[in-house]
Amino acid sequence: MDNIMPVLAVRNMSVRFGESCEYCIKGCAVEKGRCPYCHTIWALNKVSFNLYPGEILGIVGESGSGKSTLLKALYFDMEVSCGEAYLSEYREGRENIFEISSQQKRYIRNHKMGMVYQNPVMGLRMNFSNSANVAEKLIAAGIRNAGNMTQRAEYLLSHVEVPVSRIKEEPKNFSGGMQQRVQISKALANNPPVLLLDEVTTGLDLSVQARVLDLIKKIQLELGISMIVVSHDLSVIRMMSDRTLVMLGGRIVEEGLTDQILEDPIHEFTQTLVHSLL
Amino acid sequence: MADNNKNPHYNFAFLDEGSKREIRRSILKAVAIPGYQVPFGSRELPIGRGWGTGGLQITLSIIGKADVLKVIDQGSDDSVNAVSIRKLAVATTGIETTAYTNEATVIQSRHRIPEEKLRNDQIMVLQVPNPEPLRYVTPKEAVSRKLHAEAEYSGIWLRLYEGIVKYGHTVTGADHPVSVSGRYVMNPSPIPRFDNPKLHNSDCLYLFGAGREKKIYAVPPHTDVVSLAYDDYPFSIENVKGRVCKLCGATGVFFDEIFDSDTNEHFFQCSDSGFCEKRRREVN
Repeated sequence: MDNIMPVLAVRNMSVRFGESCEYCIKGCAVEKGRCPYCHTIWALNKVSFNLYPGEILGIVGESGSGKSTLLKALYFDMEVSCGEAYLSEYREGRENIFEISSQQKRYIRNHKMGMVYQNPVMGLRMNFSNSANVAEKLIAAGIRNAGNMTQRAEYLLSHVEVPVSRIKEEPKNFSGGMQQRVQISKALANNPPVLLLDEVTTGLDLSVQARVLDLIKKIQLELGISMIVVSHDLSVIRMMSDRTLVMLGGRIVEEGLTDQILEDPIHEFTQTLVHSLL
Repeated sequence: MADNNKNPHYNFAFLDEGSKREIRRSILKAVAIPGYQVPFGSRELPIGRGWGTGGLQITLSIIGKADVLKVIDQGSDDSVNAVSIRKLAVATTGIETTAYTNEATVIQSRHRIPEEKLRNDQIMVLQVPNPEPLRYVTPKEAVSRKLHAEAEYSGIWLRLYEGIVKYGHTVTGADHPVSVSGRYVMNPSPIPRFDNPKLHNSDCLYLFGAGREKKIYAVPPHTDVVSLAYDDYPFSIENVKGRVCKLCGATGVFFDEIFDSDTNEHFFQCSDSGFCEKRRREVN
């Protein structure tokens, strides 16, 4: 894959909470995401990876390993402490998207990326209709024709199997699975080249989980979107992702093809993770 | 009226000179950046916050001895709030007041812009309860200021769209947001949509004061003011067709709907009482 230009290239991305000292800045002192001297938490510690066109990249790890922080930082919900990221669809991948203005960051959020949060409350306006939730992205992209926006919302919501008759309802009246579907349609509103999915099936029962995952897979095949799927559920990663990153204490400890990671794990943590399936 | 109406124990126009100067500086900044909300040190007044203190502070800061003041509340010169504000202004300045728009040089109003076209030698001061059009989007002042700085008004457009989805039309009765000079979106105070077009390319200066929220903003003369609307759902004013004022016979103005419980009769009369009275006086 070396000669293929990645859709998203992340280099040495760090997110830390705390003052940080010279020891932890050097990186050698940090253990399990925390500096023993200044107690700064390194939620992400010099993370680097590539996301290739049409690829589903899985990220697994234990709770607190930095998976969700990684997605939130990429979606600009959280400031990064240092690092670089290049998006091929933004100024041909020449500009570090962590250093652009907040207006430009908003442009990327609205045009070039979609995000599906673990908790639908984070991604949806619960007191607005489903149609308005999808339209929010279109409005942010500058569309000022209500009829066109409604058409687009109907198309996307029916695509994720939300009945058109219910688009005027508010998502707060929906089940968790239905709310996730509305979130997915909202994230897809402007045909973003990159979709970030944060534990989308957590809290859903098995049959709904399977339907949501099938839906995501179907959308990915139809639209060829590159996706980053974060989960602590290895069966979700096995089903969805082409490549997988394993995270521990804010670092990537193993990276490779999903089958390779799950069948023949090298790192001790990955081995524990794979063998701790119930 | 002359200076002998003025209570000698008060400084001219109640506020001390330093306060008036500071408020005038804020007004100048607001005029320089149309639609931009300028924070100011809102003073204590002998009326409660939320009862027109923002508008009153502007009026008291700009008023001179030669000015003629008109104060209206929802179109009426005789409502309690309008009478109280007028009394305070007269007691502390001794200036003349009027009920007729064309005679006034400074007009302070709540919820209405007079029916008569305003001139370039007049200043319209509007009392504003909630100056922030983004308050529905975010309760945080720091966030709303950032959104204004980035001209990020999606949340306001979303509210308009939600009305279209649920009711087939936008549902802003009053305070319909406007874009000023193609830059800032502002709340035009809770005037009916009927009055929004009067702000556009007007001859007079509009000043908006929110005492409780400590903000002043302005629409200078001949400024583009566009009411927000979608391409396929154009902005529309309240329908007044077929309505006639029972008192003066006026049509095409904004009306109050009156119900007479003795006769069970519904009728309309001009919301702008000064305009209505003037028409009746001319007829008689």
